[in-house]
Amino acid sequence: MIILKANLKYNVCWFIVMAAAFYLVNILVMVGIIDSFIENMLVTIWINVILATGLNLIIGFAGQFSLGHAGFMAIGAYAAAIITQQVDTVGGFYLSLVVGVIIAIIAAVIVGIPTLRLKGDYLAIATMGAAEIIRIIINNLKITNGPAGMFNIPQFATWPFVYITMCVTTIVVVNFINSRGGRIIMSVRDDEIAAESMGINTTRWKLAAFVLGAATAAIAGGLHASYLQTIAPNDFGIMESISILIIVVLGGVGSITGSVVAAVVLGVLDTILQDFGTLRMVIYAVALILIMVFKPSGLLGTWEFSIRRLFASLKRRKV
Amino acid sequence: MEKKAFKKIMSFGTAMVVAGMLAGCSTAKSASKGNPAGKTIKIGVNMELSGAAAGYGNSQKQGIQLAVDKINKAGGINVNGKKEKVTLVIRDNKTSTSTAASVAAQLVNKDKVNAIVGPATTNAGTAQIPNITKGAVPSVSPSATDPDYTLQKNGKVQDYVFRACYQNNFQGSTAAKFAYTNLKAKRVAVLADNSSDYGTGLAKAFKKSYKGKIVASQYFQEGDKDYNAILTSFKNKKIDAIYVPGYYSEIGLIVKQARQAGINVPIIGSDGMADPKLAQIAGSENASNIYYTTPFSTRVANQKNTAKKFMEDYKARYGEEAPTFSALAYDSVNMIKQAIETEKSADSVKIAEGLAKIKNFDGVTGHITVDSKHNANKPIVVETLTNGKVSAAKEIK
Amino acid sequence: MQTFFQQVINGLSLGSIYALLALGYTMVYGIIKLINFAHGDIYMLGAFWGYYVINVWHFNFIAALLSAMVICGLSGVIIEYFAYRPLRHSPRITALITAIGVSFFLENGMAYLFGSNARDFPQIVKQVNYNIGGVRISNIQIQILATACILMLLLQLIIRYTKMGRAMRAVSVDNDAAQLVGINPNLTISFTFALGSALAGAAGVMIGLYYNSIDPLMGMTPGIKAFVAAVVGGIGSVPGASLGGFLIGLLETLVQSVGLSAYKDAVVYVVLIVILLILPTGIFGKNVKEKV
Repeated sequence: MIILKANLKYNVCWFIVMAAAFYLVNILVMVGIIDSFIENMLVTIWINVILATGLNLIIGFAGQFSLGHAGFMAIGAYAAAIITQQVDTVGGFYLSLVVGVIIAIIAAVIVGIPTLRLKGDYLAIATMGAAEIIRIIINNLKITNGPAGMFNIPQFATWPFVYITMCVTTIVVVNFINSRGGRIIMSVRDDEIAAESMGINTTRWKLAAFVLGAATAAIAGGLHASYLQTIAPNDFGIMESISILIIVVLGGVGSITGSVVAAVVLGVLDTILQDFGTLRMVIYAVALILIMVFKPSGLLGTWEFSIRRLFASLKRRKV
Repeated sequence: MEKKAFKKIMSFGTAMVVAGMLAGCSTAKSASKGNPAGKTIKIGVNMELSGAAAGYGNSQKQGIQLAVDKINKAGGINVNGKKEKVTLVIRDNKTSTSTAASVAAQLVNKDKVNAIVGPATTNAGTAQIPNITKGAVPSVSPSATDPDYTLQKNGKVQDYVFRACYQNNFQGSTAAKFAYTNLKAKRVAVLADNSSDYGTGLAKAFKKSYKGKIVASQYFQEGDKDYNAILTSFKNKKIDAIYVPGYYSEIGLIVKQARQAGINVPIIGSDGMADPKLAQIAGSENASNIYYTTPFSTRVANQKNTAKKFMEDYKARYGEEAPTFSALAYDSVNMIKQAIETEKSADSVKIAEGLAKIKNFDGVTGHITVDSKHNANKPIVVETLTNGKVSAAKEIK
Repeated sequence: MQTFFQQVINGLSLGSIYALLALGYTMVYGIIKLINFAHGDIYMLGAFWGYYVINVWHFNFIAALLSAMVICGLSGVIIEYFAYRPLRHSPRITALITAIGVSFFLENGMAYLFGSNARDFPQIVKQVNYNIGGVRISNIQIQILATACILMLLLQLIIRYTKMGRAMRAVSVDNDAAQLVGINPNLTISFTFALGSALAGAAGVMIGLYYNSIDPLMGMTPGIKAFVAAVVGGIGSVPGASLGGFLIGLLETLVQSVGLSAYKDAVVYVVLIVILLILPTGIFGKNVKEKV
């Protein structure tokens, strides 16, 4: 709440923008422009936004190259699936999200404390390994129904719920970045030794960013399981971690706005490519290479859309 | 201080109000049920054309296209005395659950298909169920084998979910019976594909109904190429047979490496290896003493008209022996055709009703009866490979 | 005891494949600090090239192997020129995503052109099994081990004693300083890609022959494993990559032989993490001291 208060005015503005967007989508649904196919696409995009902002926090702001996001997503997804199959109520679903987040936080601490000492690509491969270990354990457990995965999961994550959750997690992440903690992790990213000499416990702050990212991933996983109503261990492999990474880098490492834009662009692209049959992944790959070669710092670089700046420029114009 | 507190309350208040407004909204729902028949009958294909299961998905696509072309050449499907042509809408689901759900939504809502064939895997299949149920469009999966695939959580049958293949329990227990009684194998090692429900499900069913001793139980992953370590560990366990539920791309390598390591005991598998490519990968000199359960036998097929015709057509069009996956997909299309003809309507809800009523339908993979759980019941055959060729086929009752 | 030695042989022949692939990763990483995700797919290209020249032009084994090395080396250079060179001065993570893009492109492009079904590789070398004291080893296994060792030695010689090898080492230490002493970094980097990709091509043909099955996605799993092997050995170090490859091969064999095959990959990753925690830059990695 302390963090929220500091940016109260802007947060209220964001609330209004988000509410307006919500009503727009709702009207489009009622008019019938958004059918269940487009709804499906939107929900996938929103879940990807949650995943990408969380990973961007870890990679872009804390400077820790993690390739294990899908592992935490798997934890959230399986927590939601297992608990809601037992407790088939909305309360059970909320509980399952909380449980998923708690387990993901514990896992992130266990993974993070030793591995966050590693640097760059070594950290990437260690986190990738950790995520794979999580997936393989899930693949062999009885309670997770092994490789067959879980299906007939009750659907509590309707599109309004996913949308609101996306807004909330994005606001939390953005406020964390704009808070003292955010400035600390960025100082750690830019120069670890300098930050340390200023009396910052770098390991603790790196871990804080890692844990927050993992928690949002678990929420996204829970939503994924509940919306799709079916999950399998293979959904959370290395390729899933990579596809989240692609969103982050495509949007611009260190730009939350970029992550949102990239999630939308890739989501729409993926949907359009369904018409291309076997060629779809070839086109996707070429698009990816071209965007990266011609826009190496991502679609938006580190540019961030900010209501604060918008206000400032409006004020300037008035004067 | 007061101002701060006020601000705090305000921020809370705003948050609550907005959240309340968001949550209070009702979401719109469409009222119509099912996709009515259009000028032509539209069959959607939700298939693994890229990604891990692309090999199997593309085999099925070939079977589907063959079936539809054959129907159209004959003038189409007889809907209440009027012949209507079939159009295919083929979409790739990347072997991914979320894409399979999206593809299903697109087929149902945008393409307005009357029925869906696919997906090939259980995971992608279960992902499409919510969307096709919402749209009331039936689907026939050629190869989703999980026993619970066609069932809801409470054990009731899913109204719009059908399959053309066996479910795992039936096939696994048949293999167990065959190993114990026909091959007289008292000690068996199980080596199962651990990356899909298919391998693990069959292994579970086999272990449950096998009367002998299971001396070793190991797993492999899809795409694995080296099985020497596992096979060496089997070698001094005095096994009488190995049960290998999985697909031909991996089993072919297992057969090859087992024979080269000097393990000559019978290798028993499932319909995932009923493909001519198995012997090519294993090398025909190694592919002896191999048994597998299958609905579709190239040997039995020669004595049956439907299957014989299918095999000739397939070879003429694609220049290769028909794999089981193509045969199952071919049957899936024709099951939909049968349903339309009995119901005299190509309305998607009617097709679902027709599919549930299929009895003794003369398919390529045997006479199919759809039971109350929407499983396809048909006879099961155990084929024997000797030097890479099918040397015997025996129906198991 | 027989079983034990048999498993050691199994582990070594599996490990030599990982080692061959890991070499390519480690060389590219050493020189431009890029995890070349497409490396496993170049290996796939090599296998498919071997398949076609043997089936269509009836090449013998040696000719197929050498031509695959040339073709893969060439494709490595082409990929570097179009996909990685424009990004030489961009953030490294961008180049990584491009590498993933190239990997997707090769996998799916080949699947589109040739179908995604597994194919049987023509068996031009007849497999003969030798039985040495109860331990079985085939001529192809010996061939793979020998080829892998020869290529690794050759590589080490090139890096140590040729002019180009010295240039490679210079560029990997300090690109700008290397330019000052007259080294053309573009040429050197292209050469590195050619060398690494040629090794992958050789591995592709040998594995095609050994396992007799190739498909467009065959590079994915071994690619990731080889990458892990390179990291374990200390990414950037050539002897490290060979050692890492053999280590992973032996480890996988060990896990499977004790009956834990379901957790095969998990154990590999646990060992990876443990090694990294003790030696943060792998076994032979250079630990760069931070200067304040």
